[in-house]
Amino acid sequence: MAAPEHVIEVEDLVTTFGATTVHDGLSLRVRRGEILAVVGGSGTGKSVLIRAITGLLRPKSGSIRLFGEDLGALDDAARQSLRARTGMLFQDGALFGSLTVAQNIEVPLKTWHRLRPGLLDELAGLKLALVGLPPAAGSKYPAELSGGMRKRAGLARALALDPEILFLDEPTAGLDPIAAAAFDELIRSLQAALGLTVVMITHDLDTLQRTADRIAVLVDKDTTIGTLGELRANPHPWIQAYFAGPRGRAAAGGES
Amino acid sequence: MTAWVETVADPDIATLRLGGSWRLAHLASLDQDLVAALARLGATPPRRARIVADELDQLDTAGGWLIVRTIRALEAATVAVELQGARPAHAALLDLLRGSEAAPCDPLPRDHPWLRLVLRTGAGTVHAAGEGARFLSFAGAVTLSLLRQLLRPRTLRLTSIVHHIEQTGVNAIPIIAIMAFFIGIVLAYQGADQLRQFGAEIFTVNLVAVSTLRELGVLLTAIMVAGRSGSAFTAQIGTMKVNEELDAMEVIGLDRLAVLVTPRLVALAVSLPLLTFLANLMALVGGGLVVIFLLDIPTVLLLRQLQAAVGIDLFVAGMIKAPVFAVLIATIGCYMGLQVEGNAESVGRLTTQSVVVSIFAVIVVDALFSMLFATFGI
Repeated sequence: MAAPEHVIEVEDLVTTFGATTVHDGLSLRVRRGEILAVVGGSGTGKSVLIRAITGLLRPKSGSIRLFGEDLGALDDAARQSLRARTGMLFQDGALFGSLTVAQNIEVPLKTWHRLRPGLLDELAGLKLALVGLPPAAGSKYPAELSGGMRKRAGLARALALDPEILFLDEPTAGLDPIAAAAFDELIRSLQAALGLTVVMITHDLDTLQRTADRIAVLVDKDTTIGTLGELRANPHPWIQAYFAGPRGRAAAGGES
Repeated sequence: MTAWVETVADPDIATLRLGGSWRLAHLASLDQDLVAALARLGATPPRRARIVADELDQLDTAGGWLIVRTIRALEAATVAVELQGARPAHAALLDLLRGSEAAPCDPLPRDHPWLRLVLRTGAGTVHAAGEGARFLSFAGAVTLSLLRQLLRPRTLRLTSIVHHIEQTGVNAIPIIAIMAFFIGIVLAYQGADQLRQFGAEIFTVNLVAVSTLRELGVLLTAIMVAGRSGSAFTAQIGTMKVNEELDAMEVIGLDRLAVLVTPRLVALAVSLPLLTFLANLMALVGGGLVVIFLLDIPTVLLLRQLQAAVGIDLFVAGMIKAPVFAVLIATIGCYMGLQVEGNAESVGRLTTQSVVVSIFAVIVVDALFSMLFATFGI
């Protein structure tokens, strides 16, 4: 196989909020078809990094390339069409409260394509089935769903356009262990079937263990990237505390 | 790159040949082609069908769905379907889609417009009746809570009351004063214009004094306060409810009526009469300036006319309404705040509703006062 193709390339990223510098010269490369987990302590800018990559936030300096195209150099129309190739699952789903779940899934489809209503309903039903929700969930409003179902519905909306890159913000936070394990499984199987590249923020050590191909640790305003095994061998004190702490060992123990 | 489907209808075995990029971008035309192809095959159903996918370049879930849907439709018509030549990746995706229990989402039910009108009227009536009953029971609970606190004045939350008097009363002084001043000017101008035709300009004083002291002063102040403070009460309490602060108070053992509602009620019952007094005064000043400078009526004459026109009963008839309006506005504002459900949208909706309902209630009660005064000849 040739050298892996990078779908996301972040170089020398600097983001600041007022006097606080969140990222200082951060670099990150994500390979096509991998599941990359982003971990880090609270306030290390995991969400900020994803917001910068998705274009929700303008970095102070540095370059971000999606599919080889520099976000900063693109005009609005080109940036918009890149959006159709990425999907994002927000922490609590961020479903539109005034629309049903099916309508939520249809919003990206209607934004980008002209399809007859019957076909839209078929596609919405397909996405629901893919994320493991019953067809009846389609006619419910987000407020009527449990947290886990909202996450699945949010994932269905994120998958509506068959994106090449999927961003997940704490996909398993707030789910019970069984639902979280099912969600991990879901991400894995979707990734394998659809050839997705997944970038996810997570605090869940079990999710890291089960789903991530590589892990990017945000420490010292930059990233250290590697597989779980490589990171366990990394001498950095925070990384050691994270992976070799009581919870890290417990999660690892489940595998061996 | 395009996408296409070719159909060869053979009585024994039908062939669907797929090719190109079966992705969302081409979905609408593929959908039409497939529906047409199925209709043609449906006329003389073959025994077997094969789907040849060796020229398929790209496939996403949407394109895959069309294929799966077609296979299902053929199988439902007892046609044996065989998939040939698909690349491993495409075959895997199709397997995943066939394995999932995908069914179209139901379109939103749409009732007949007339039926919808009847349904909405009915639901609205039931809702309004329930709302009325809930509001009455809330008003009763607030009364009890207030009486309990008045019997043991120590339990009144003085700091909170003073804070709300500052918010609803002191901070409203500039806007109320300026509004009333201009109302006085407007009334005097309009009145003078009409009364001049009879040579009775001096009665402009009566017009301004009677209408503001008896009605407009208190009514406009109440409307202003409903928009300013009633809405604030709803938004404050509603936001607390969204943040689960009310539940936290309940768990700690705080009485939400005593903590949130009665201080606001008492504060508004103090502020609104004082603001009304200020508004009356400022309207008289505004009207008086017009009378003095536009109509050239000497100040002494103005004051004598005013004294003749206004008795203490007129002043009292206006002022007595202020605390009643205050209680109405505060109760409705707090009630609406407590009706908020767990989302931000409902805070906005109920804040609007709070203002509309309290202004409406103020005007209705004002009309009741007029009837009452007329009956007793005040």
